[in-house]
Amino acid sequence: MTDAVSTVHVRRGAAAAAQGESRLRVIARTAFPFLVVGAMWEITAHAGIFPARLFPTLEEIAAAFWRLTVAGILPRHIAETVLRLLAGFALAAVVGVIIGIAMGRSRRAEDVLLPLVSIGAPIPGIAYAPLFMLWFGLGNFSAVLLVGFVSTFPVIFNTWTGVKAVKEIWVRSALVMGADQRRLFWHVILPGALPYILTGARLGLAQAWRILVVVELLAAVPWGLGWLIFGAREFLNTDVMLAGVAVIGMIGLALEKLVFERLEHYTVVRWGMMQS
Amino acid sequence: MTSPRTQSIVRGALAIVVVAACYEATARSGLFPRALLPTLPKVAETLVALIADGTMLRHAATTLYRMMCGFMLAVAIGLPLGIMMGRFRPLEKFVMPLASALMPIPSLAWVPVFILWFGLGNTVSILIVFYAALFPMILNSWSGVRAVNQLWLRAAGAMGADEHAMFWKVILPGASPFIITGLRQAFLRAWIAVVGAEMLASSDWGLGWVIYDAKEFLNADVMLASLVVIGAIGFVFERLVFGSLERVTVLRWGMVREAKS
Repeated sequence: MTDAVSTVHVRRGAAAAAQGESRLRVIARTAFPFLVVGAMWEITAHAGIFPARLFPTLEEIAAAFWRLTVAGILPRHIAETVLRLLAGFALAAVVGVIIGIAMGRSRRAEDVLLPLVSIGAPIPGIAYAPLFMLWFGLGNFSAVLLVGFVSTFPVIFNTWTGVKAVKEIWVRSALVMGADQRRLFWHVILPGALPYILTGARLGLAQAWRILVVVELLAAVPWGLGWLIFGAREFLNTDVMLAGVAVIGMIGLALEKLVFERLEHYTVVRWGMMQS
Repeated sequence: MTSPRTQSIVRGALAIVVVAACYEATARSGLFPRALLPTLPKVAETLVALIADGTMLRHAATTLYRMMCGFMLAVAIGLPLGIMMGRFRPLEKFVMPLASALMPIPSLAWVPVFILWFGLGNTVSILIVFYAALFPMILNSWSGVRAVNQLWLRAAGAMGADEHAMFWKVILPGASPFIITGLRQAFLRAWIAVVGAEMLASSDWGLGWVIYDAKEFLNADVMLASLVVIGAIGFVFERLVFGSLERVTVLRWGMVREAKS
């Protein structure tokens, strides 16, 4: 899968760049672009070219963030959004891995499922949203279902590719050495396919994350970051909206750095399937 | 004896027919209201009618126009930026932190902000598409340039290639598998973004808007018909456009092998 290749390369490059420089310099270098952009933002906001309501200063955004956090509103929005994301994603991971492995292992399953999956995959998940609302009603159930549905496809495709990419020679040598089907599956095929499965999970989660904000709005859930920013628009609370967008970005970054890089490190990198 | 290939085609066709039959049976059984679960002939009829009177074409054209504007803009900015980041360290050091901070923000989260700033209409959709497509483009062209084999660069340098030849004959072809992956990813994201943005920010034409609007009137047949069109356009681009682009460039140059299936 080309996606897998590119992520590995990107990370290797970043790691190489970080080496050989002191920590302080790295921090300063990373902070510098943000300072420049932040200063430009401040100048534009203070210059009064745009109405202050629509283009708030950074202090106002920070104040809105602080106000909402202290009031406990923001944490609740975050918790609901993350829960929804995880519930949908868990659904997708379980269903997707099972279908993907079945397709990779059995020719019959592949023949039957591949056309069905290929029909569903090219349609952007967000396009299904109104249909899901119509069929399953507004609220959490259809939001979670839709998020799960959308992230299933990358998981299926990558798991399927991963199972097929397991080297034939490993399978044969395991069989020759007397592994039964169960052992073969747990000790050869699953570890062999895991780098791909993780890539699929990562892509799936990223897709789910990308549409969740809109789904929250369309499904009219009572709490959630998507709801927060779209609701703030009605009252021209641009500061709240931008604070919400910033929080969304931070959660996305945290998911990638804290969840996936760790997971990858504990499994495939440790087994030597992939270099970090 | 049938060959394995015909056997897979038969099985695949059978699977689709069985699923369609199940759907049709459920729709006809009357368990669910007709408006919510239209029969397949009804959906096909709606699709044909919408295409025949030209509305569907206009919706599709509007959506494609918005998408292409945003996508082209993203390529025009992202591709040179990514390549330059791969060549010049200071630029990389400046842009990379910003890109990694902005990338995890889903493009659609910007929709309400952009609506406030630019008003409803085309601008919002185009900018959302641009935002969605920009980062895959930058990242992939950047990593493509960095992934060019050092040996090739040195060999070309030793054989007396100047900067100009080095760029066009070595770096660009060397980075092309990544760039094409970038175009593909950018397209996929743009396609999602345009449908989502249209649902929220446009008010008359566009495939995303049709689907969203059909919900208000419980026109599930219109929705399913538009889904078919959206899927078909996505499929055509992914397979025909990018597939053939890949065939005439990187596959022909031997940069990547065709996947065995």
